[in-house]
Amino acid sequence: MTEKITLAKGLNMGLRKAMEDDPKVLLMGEDVGKLGGVFRITDGLQKDFGEDRVIDSPLAESGIVGTAVGLALRGYRPVVEIQFDGFVYPAYDQIVCQVAKMTFRSQGKSKMPMVIRIPFGGGIGAVEHHSESPEAQFAHTPGLKVVACSNPVDGYWMIQQAIACDDPVIFLEPKRQYHADKAELDDSVSPEPLFTSKVVRRGGDVTVLAYGPTVKTALKAAEAAAGEGKSLEVIDLRTLSPLDLGPVFESVRRTGRAVITHEAHVNLGMGAEVAARITEQCFYSLEAPVLRVGAFDTPYPPSRIEEDYLPDLDRVLDAVDRSLEF
Amino acid sequence: MTQRSDDDGAADGFGPDLVEVFGPSQQDGGPELVQLLTPEGERIHHPEFDLDFSAEQLRGFYRDMVLTRRIDVEATALQRHGELGIWAQLLGQEAAQIGAGRALRPQDFVFPTYREHGVAYCRGVNPLDLLGLFRGVDQGAWDPAENNFGLYTIVIGAQTLHATGYAMGMQRDGVVGTGDPDRDAAVIAHFGDGASSQGDVNEAFIFAASYNAPVVFFCQNNQWAISEPIERQTRIPLYQRALGFGFPGVRVDGNDVLATYAVTQAALQRARDGQGPTFVEAYTYRMGAHTTTDDPTRYRLSDDLERWKLKDPIARVEVYLRRNGLADDEFVAAVQSEADDLGARLRDGCKALPDPSPLSIFDHVFTELTEELEEQRAGFEAYLESFEGAHS
Repeated sequence: MTEKITLAKGLNMGLRKAMEDDPKVLLMGEDVGKLGGVFRITDGLQKDFGEDRVIDSPLAESGIVGTAVGLALRGYRPVVEIQFDGFVYPAYDQIVCQVAKMTFRSQGKSKMPMVIRIPFGGGIGAVEHHSESPEAQFAHTPGLKVVACSNPVDGYWMIQQAIACDDPVIFLEPKRQYHADKAELDDSVSPEPLFTSKVVRRGGDVTVLAYGPTVKTALKAAEAAAGEGKSLEVIDLRTLSPLDLGPVFESVRRTGRAVITHEAHVNLGMGAEVAARITEQCFYSLEAPVLRVGAFDTPYPPSRIEEDYLPDLDRVLDAVDRSLEF
Repeated sequence: MTQRSDDDGAADGFGPDLVEVFGPSQQDGGPELVQLLTPEGERIHHPEFDLDFSAEQLRGFYRDMVLTRRIDVEATALQRHGELGIWAQLLGQEAAQIGAGRALRPQDFVFPTYREHGVAYCRGVNPLDLLGLFRGVDQGAWDPAENNFGLYTIVIGAQTLHATGYAMGMQRDGVVGTGDPDRDAAVIAHFGDGASSQGDVNEAFIFAASYNAPVVFFCQNNQWAISEPIERQTRIPLYQRALGFGFPGVRVDGNDVLATYAVTQAALQRARDGQGPTFVEAYTYRMGAHTTTDDPTRYRLSDDLERWKLKDPIARVEVYLRRNGLADDEFVAAVQSEADDLGARLRDGCKALPDPSPLSIFDHVFTELTEELEEQRAGFEAYLESFEGAHS
């Protein structure tokens, strides 16, 4: 079956499929039931799977994740929704101290097959705390797996793969993309494994790395660069912890140049780690330092100037030029 | 200390004051304290929470408490000898833990703090496994699924949410309110008076109430959160908070194993029957330090301790047993000898606990080793092997 779907639809279909495939899969979060979530990602699921499997929770994020720990210990596979990135912090203790460490401290006896879905990133004109990119805080925590989808087809597959994973997965969804573009889903085609990166555009001059919302930015930049005779290779990292940098190293050894872009702050962000590893593995191939294009190290600004703050096509191209001119 | 004063919240248009609602603050647990055995060993009765106990049961409680105290005393000594890094003492809380632990059925599940050595003992957890955590050879070696006893949780109160979620799972598994005593199950969440201030504990109350989850919130109010007295945590008796969350609360004499057993059993049964959560405040006293690193002489008066020594949980049961001809010197000596054997086993066993291999740190970060960690592990292994005759 093929159909054209948005990211929101892909995630919704993926969740539905996961719930059909495994009766232990539960959804929990604020407004995920009757309303279908504030972004409608869980639309219609409570109606079809009932209130015991699609659970409207009290308004308390630590409570959501903490009770999901108990449900997981009881043998369920909870998929919890944090309504917005900026609201994950009340659950931070449960995620970092409990979810991430349960397998380790129990020496593998207690597993934590939990997915924590977080709509992340900016660009929707929201008030503060609704546009953040906290991925590095989770990728820095041993015991958590962190992935970010960037397109409708990946959304459909990756959410199912994350739910099937026996380790806890922080699942980041670029909220700006939820209803933006449609893509063709052919569910007879097998997906790539979850914890892999993917070359999404071939090129030979500069390697551009992105994930989540900046994949689209990077692809647009590559398109624009092509018009100027520059060939960019774009890699969607998809998994932030563990990182899958094999394809990145292969690419950088060819191009000798790498630019990484994310909406999160550059200081100690994913770009810093990726740059360090590229330097370790591709030192003699590099023609220029690895450059990072991310948010400035300021709090997220008022939305009228968010497009100035967020990395966009021009800032990616600026970094590409600096890399080429180095 | 900020004791509640009797003119708090005086008539000012904001409703009745605290004293009108709750009565004057009580040093001895208050008039609503459920008690079945007085500190003097006198058996008294309670209109709601009375039970008949067999001689066997009573002797069993005594034995359980003596052995539990021995585990605690030995572990404390092992810490003093440098064999444990730290130990969280339960001295004085034996009745609260044995009463609660023995009220459980095999299918019930326990979420403990790091001080639940008596409950662990009731569940059949090897006491040596408890020592492993405090010695630093592991982070809890027992299998939670084997005895339905979760791992000790160090972050204060975090486990109350796990307990509530687990109870929500039981609801979905259809093991609540079926009327089958071998099937219906409940969860007990242990925590202390300090934890009652934590957001997670309050969120657990809200979730449990909202979903009517089969969970008993068992709070051992031992009067102290390290150096901070109960008055720093609450302005009303803790058990009365439950009402505000929409479920019943009861205060029981936590030094009375009979009352603790009776109240916990009733609360667990409510939960198993599908009637939702209950808050049990076991009113007790931490006779030792918070842990072996703590020095209570810096913050509390020895008078206080002396007063609570008179309410010792074990002494009153022994008095009752002897006075009623249910136990004699021979019985008491036999239990002591059993405790001595247990102590010796713990001393020898603790010292023999093997250190884990440094390379084992990579083993269970995830259910399977990731390529990243495999690489780190290989690098670390090669590094270790580069030292002649070093780690194997």
